[in-house]
Amino acid sequence: MGKDSRLILDPLADNNPITIQVLGICSALAITAELEASIVMSISVLFVLGIGNVVISLMRNIIPSKIRIIVQLIVVATLVIIVDLVLKAFAYELSKTLSVFVGLIITNCIIMGRFEAFALGNSPWRSFLDGIGNALGYGVILIIVGFFRELLGSGTLLGIPVLGDPIEKTGLYAFGYENNGFMLLSPMALIVVGIIIWVQRSRNKALIED
Amino acid sequence: MEQRTDKNSYTIIFAIGMVLIVGALLAFLASSLKPIITENERLEKQQNILYAMGVNANEGTSATFVSTDEAPKLFDQYIKKQIEVQGGKVVENDQAYLIDVKKQQANAKNGGVRKLPLFVGEKDGKTFYIAPIRGKGLWDAIWAYVALDENMVVQGAYFDHKGETPGLGANIKQRFFMDDFIGEHLLSNGAFKGINVAKGNADPKNNDKTDNEVDAIAGATITGDGVTAMIKKDLKLYLPYFETLKGN
Repeated sequence: MGKDSRLILDPLADNNPITIQVLGICSALAITAELEASIVMSISVLFVLGIGNVVISLMRNIIPSKIRIIVQLIVVATLVIIVDLVLKAFAYELSKTLSVFVGLIITNCIIMGRFEAFALGNSPWRSFLDGIGNALGYGVILIIVGFFRELLGSGTLLGIPVLGDPIEKTGLYAFGYENNGFMLLSPMALIVVGIIIWVQRSRNKALIED
Repeated sequence: MEQRTDKNSYTIIFAIGMVLIVGALLAFLASSLKPIITENERLEKQQNILYAMGVNANEGTSATFVSTDEAPKLFDQYIKKQIEVQGGKVVENDQAYLIDVKKQQANAKNGGVRKLPLFVGEKDGKTFYIAPIRGKGLWDAIWAYVALDENMVVQGAYFDHKGETPGLGANIKQRFFMDDFIGEHLLSNGAFKGINVAKGNADPKNNDKTDNEVDAIAGATITGDGVTAMIKKDLKLYLPYFETLKGN
């Protein structure tokens, strides 16, 4: 297996940005109450991190080290604002769905983290792969958390009721099952992420730190 | 040897250059795209108003507007009159839907007169009075278009928000929430009471339309309270106008 493919595959599991590097937790808490929002956020981050990593990598030799964090912030904020403006003009409906995520993308620590840790020291192509890999790793966790939170919290998936109607008491609800409203609150996202971390580390002992 | 990029002079020049380039780029993009964005927003307002009075393309459980191509034509067809209520005066203004509610609210705060736009629509022989209202949710602005009849009974509503939490507060623009308002009374025994977005509501199926209550969304308490406050504050301003309707 080549070195390049590891850039994509590693962040999916053994070097996952959320469960191993513990980055991007804030947005993982904020928007995973619904599966759809998780998917939209994953795609947005995939886009921004892929392009942002390449831009930073191209600029890596001219960025003054003293203000590199500010430069990174400007790059990511500019990218996000450009995307937002273009969508508002040419895909208005989509832009309304995404507007909530704009702020969350700019402040996503994974983006800053990958700029700082990888793109500043690697070639554009490798940075691109690293960006895609980390965004996918982030997306996988987001989608798993979103799946469980929406299913157990609202009894729906992508807005479609899958467990019956809680008010009319059909399907599972006829047997006394209730939606767990607690799943919709942010702390449950942390607990689900915690369970994923637990499962992952119990299957791969090498990941356990002292 | 000190690297070129570590020098203070280099850092300052780089920072200035970067700010200039990024600033110019964003300003250029924003101003060149502005006409298209304004037009999109205008059409959206028409779609929202039409949606509130029941002219929409709803299918199943999702809220769908009429298409942007059709919106201007349908808007002219269904909206018979647009008026502006200023204090006791009522002025006709066929551009009233372009009045910025946010600016009017700021106006009122600074002691000025707030213009209250109201759109009178007609569909299947029924008259709708559609009022735009605006308030605060958890993170940012929320707003709505509420269609009322002469007795201030809600006939339809469209809610929207700028940045409420997806899956929680953002659900105010879902049909299951908006449709709950249909048939609810704003008045109680002749006095304005508003509609309470209530938790622990004894009527989750919303069969009782005169209780001035709809069921809240779990996990979205602050957004729900924002909706309650927005209705109470902004729709109340229209009460004098509706009272003149009854007099006639």
